[in-house]
Amino acid sequence: MLKCDIAIIGGGPAGMAAACAAYDAGVKDVIVFDREDEMGGILRQCIHNGFGLHKLGKELTGPEYAAVYANMVKERGIKVYTNTTVLKLSNDKVVTATNTDGILKIKAKAVILAMGCRERSRGALNICGTRPAGIYSAGTAQKLINCEGYMVGKRVVILGSGDIGLIMARRMSLQGAKVEAVCEIMSYSGGLTRNIVQCLEDYNIPLYLSTTVAEIHGRERLEGVTIAEVDANRQPIESTKRYIPCDTLLLSCGLIPENELTTGAGIKIDRITSGAVVDQNRQTEIEGIFACGNVLQVHDLVDYVSDEAEIAGKGAAEYVMGNKTSGEVIVTKAGNGVRYVLPQRIVKNDESVSLFLRVTKPFGKVKFTVKSGDEVLATAIRLKAAPGEMEKLTVKAEKMAFAEKEITVELEEV
Amino acid sequence: MKRELTCIICPRGCGLTVEINGDSVTVTGNACPKGQQYGVDECTNPTRTVTSIVRVANRVDTMVSVKTENPIPKENIFDLMQIICAKEVNAPIEIGDIICDDVFGTKVIATKQVK
Repeated sequence: MLKCDIAIIGGGPAGMAAACAAYDAGVKDVIVFDREDEMGGILRQCIHNGFGLHKLGKELTGPEYAAVYANMVKERGIKVYTNTTVLKLSNDKVVTATNTDGILKIKAKAVILAMGCRERSRGALNICGTRPAGIYSAGTAQKLINCEGYMVGKRVVILGSGDIGLIMARRMSLQGAKVEAVCEIMSYSGGLTRNIVQCLEDYNIPLYLSTTVAEIHGRERLEGVTIAEVDANRQPIESTKRYIPCDTLLLSCGLIPENELTTGAGIKIDRITSGAVVDQNRQTEIEGIFACGNVLQVHDLVDYVSDEAEIAGKGAAEYVMGNKTSGEVIVTKAGNGVRYVLPQRIVKNDESVSLFLRVTKPFGKVKFTVKSGDEVLATAIRLKAAPGEMEKLTVKAEKMAFAEKEITVELEEV
Repeated sequence: MKRELTCIICPRGCGLTVEINGDSVTVTGNACPKGQQYGVDECTNPTRTVTSIVRVANRVDTMVSVKTENPIPKENIFDLMQIICAKEVNAPIEIGDIICDDVFGTKVIATKQVK
């Protein structure tokens, strides 16, 4: 069996940044596995700009951002196995993969999970109607158009107003399609406001909130969809149903972390994030297995994926070099107005800790409070908060000393 | 005249209020100088960076992603798309290679390497 110090599963933005961070922290024997023919992951199809402002100080397109990190991996001489699919991860850190050479088994001292996420499908959404051609997840359509030059349709309805749905509305318009509507079942868009402006308003595309696709019509090819407003229980309201002729329906209805390998290794998953339960070094509940990027929690910006991957990469390197963190374990909890807090566990040491979280619904001005018992560890004011924008709160080292057993993050409107 | 805008320069998305009185344009609500500039530009000469793809003629089923080096006037977006859609290039292509020179005051450059 082959051996390595750190095996990284996935060569997207998380895997590439984790590999470089682990290498720079002192562990040189790193292997990255990627199922595609080159590294880059989802960035390869995200040809729009807006990446890198935070991390690299300039605005890049997805392929350019990916190239920056792919070059960093190459410069370090880190081994990359492309066209290689990892089939299994065991809890003793044996990675089983397959490629044209056959089956590979590699025993690693540490593993970093960086598999990313996939899109929620029509089947998972339970939309009524026939099963014609012309229904795509937004990311599939993005790949077909941007990487393969295959235009998927001419008259389009998009369900879901997350960033991918918004970006695809603009992309389809630029390529000559008519985007009839973007429907969003929630009463607010999960996408960034800047994307509503530059992807919908610029192209006069209507956004219908509290509206869903109730029915799909057509036999061979999609002929149209019935859209309807929804009630408080998100059920279509009969009297609001209306028919929109279209040949293409794009689904942008959420991303699901791709954690089959994680659960296969017996790693505990957080019910809310659908990613592993981790500590502040992004170590899962199995020692030596770390997770970062969209497989851990779905991020809004790739810049933050790179940041998180660097934490995991450094953490894995420290683990391999024998610098294990041990100490009292403190659990984090989501309080009023907060959907989740990551990391879910903090191994107490004398360092500051950054907490990442999302709120439950859009708020105006809010005050976040981080508490342990009656002790206030940190507070922060935000002019607005929305589920589509991840928040970061930092608890200083001297305040962490007061933390006991449990830390709660809550918000109040001010 | 008063306009309410959302700045699109970065993901923060500041809410801007732009007041235009003759030649004077004042922007409030911006967190940084880029927002000030965006507010003025958006009300006087709105521009956008355009990203798209160009077919690679000497490779099977291969596209190269491209962008305008600088933003172009918003009104010219579809004129530029017509030029880009008609264009074909040959590999090898490096990031930054010029795909179209001198279009609407800027260049279209490659954002991906094709070996």
